[in-house]
Amino acid sequence: MIEVRHLQKSFGEQTVLDDINFRIETGESVVIIGRSGGGKSVLLKHLIGLLQPDSGEVLIDGENIVGMDERQLLRVRRKFGMVFQGAALFDSMTVAENVAFGLRRHEHLTEAEIAARVAKALDVVDLPGTEDKNPAELSGGMRKRVGLARAIIYRPQFMLYDEPTTGLDPIVSDSIDQLMMRVRDRLKVTTVVVTHDMRTARRVGQRVMMLHEKKIYASGTPEEIFASQDAVVRQFIDGVADAKENLFQTERFTRPAASSPRQP
Amino acid sequence: MNPLANRRVHETLTGLGQITLLARDAFASLLRLRMAWHDVLFQMYFIGVKSQTVVLITGAFTGMVLGAQTYFQFHKIKMDTASLAVVGVSMCSELGPVLTALMVAGRVGGAMAAEIGTMRVTEQIDALRALATHPVDYLVVPRLVASHIVLPLLTVEAIVVGIGAGYLVGVYLLGIDPTYLWYNMLHFTHDVDLMIGLIKAFIFGGIIALVGCHKGMTCGLGAQGVGQATREAVVYASISILITNFFLTLVMGKLVGQL
Repeated sequence: MIEVRHLQKSFGEQTVLDDINFRIETGESVVIIGRSGGGKSVLLKHLIGLLQPDSGEVLIDGENIVGMDERQLLRVRRKFGMVFQGAALFDSMTVAENVAFGLRRHEHLTEAEIAARVAKALDVVDLPGTEDKNPAELSGGMRKRVGLARAIIYRPQFMLYDEPTTGLDPIVSDSIDQLMMRVRDRLKVTTVVVTHDMRTARRVGQRVMMLHEKKIYASGTPEEIFASQDAVVRQFIDGVADAKENLFQTERFTRPAASSPRQP
Repeated sequence: MNPLANRRVHETLTGLGQITLLARDAFASLLRLRMAWHDVLFQMYFIGVKSQTVVLITGAFTGMVLGAQTYFQFHKIKMDTASLAVVGVSMCSELGPVLTALMVAGRVGGAMAAEIGTMRVTEQIDALRALATHPVDYLVVPRLVASHIVLPLLTVEAIVVGIGAGYLVGVYLLGIDPTYLWYNMLHFTHDVDLMIGLIKAFIFGGIIALVGCHKGMTCGLGAQGVGQATREAVVYASISILITNFFLTLVMGKLVGQL
């Protein structure tokens, strides 16, 4: 179970998160949506202790991780798997070494056992036989899948995904969505996904939370959120820019009538 | 104090504090024996074997220049055969450790900052932490241990090559009597000179690794941040080596004098 209480975070003068409160039950799958630069990834990093809040609490299975030092956090982080926005693969290692990283450091297994677990994890993410490739040889979607294999190999309790489908084409995004659902259903992990991809939010989340203006603005089932008539939620879901952002609609950028193409 | 100077002093003191804390964390990690020895061996290879050309050239030409220059001065007072003794003492206690450390700081310190800095900006350090691995255990300790071990070895190599090159220049180019040249070098160069050089090299190894790792782990975002971290790692490590060398010379000179 993950619980966040009165979380506040600022970077210098800029407040990014203000009085954030929510609770994610064990086994639940939650998607956090919101505009780019709105603090979604910052919030996600607080859940695993990669960032420390200015105030508030983050409870993992009832244990407050705020104020823990880096060594104490290592114990808590062994419950987590995280897939980063840019995959964050170790570029000095092969795919197999990346995927096996957690196993080698934390479990006492033979080389044969490690190789078998790596092959199985790569099979789960549909990348069999890529053990000897370098991260630089992989496409964006493949890198994300290797990142996912690296995160699930030691069967975490919690999976965190930071923008898992950003920058991928719709077909690859679909395969990543399916992988996330497969991991969620097979491993029964508590899942938190940060995204602004509405299709991912609709498919992967059992609950959707919208982060807006530093706060959790809306929370509900995907059906409730996508049927919402609230102006802010509706604008985000429909992907409509603010009027002031439609620069080409303003008078200044409108072509004079005389230069408009002639209608037949 | 004007605001700019105030800021510079603040930044310098903050940096020194952070490096001290990093050294403390690394020492604590070392006591827990959390590092992987194959990582240490890889770093020893990277720092030691890959620095061979630089160290050999630096040692040889320093010994040759020093031997020749000393001969030109000593020849005026008929002390030609003492030329290699000056090379021996200088290479052991000062030039060997300092020049080796400066060359390694340029080659390895900058590379450490660039590698760790790139890992930072591409979230690889966050990935390490998410995989329940302390960045100090995995990134800093192997580099620090390897640097502490390798710098004295490289220094010995530079000293040997420097004295050898000075001998060859003295005997074959300048025509000094080889027997007296070698005898005087052995007579005036003591074990304690070599010991001072090795202690200095050990300390300089720590400075190079700590400054390089610290600059990498605290580098700014983007390519510009990595570039700045790399440059600062080389500059700060070099300056620190020169300043530390002065104080080490004073302290160890006093200690040796009292023995």
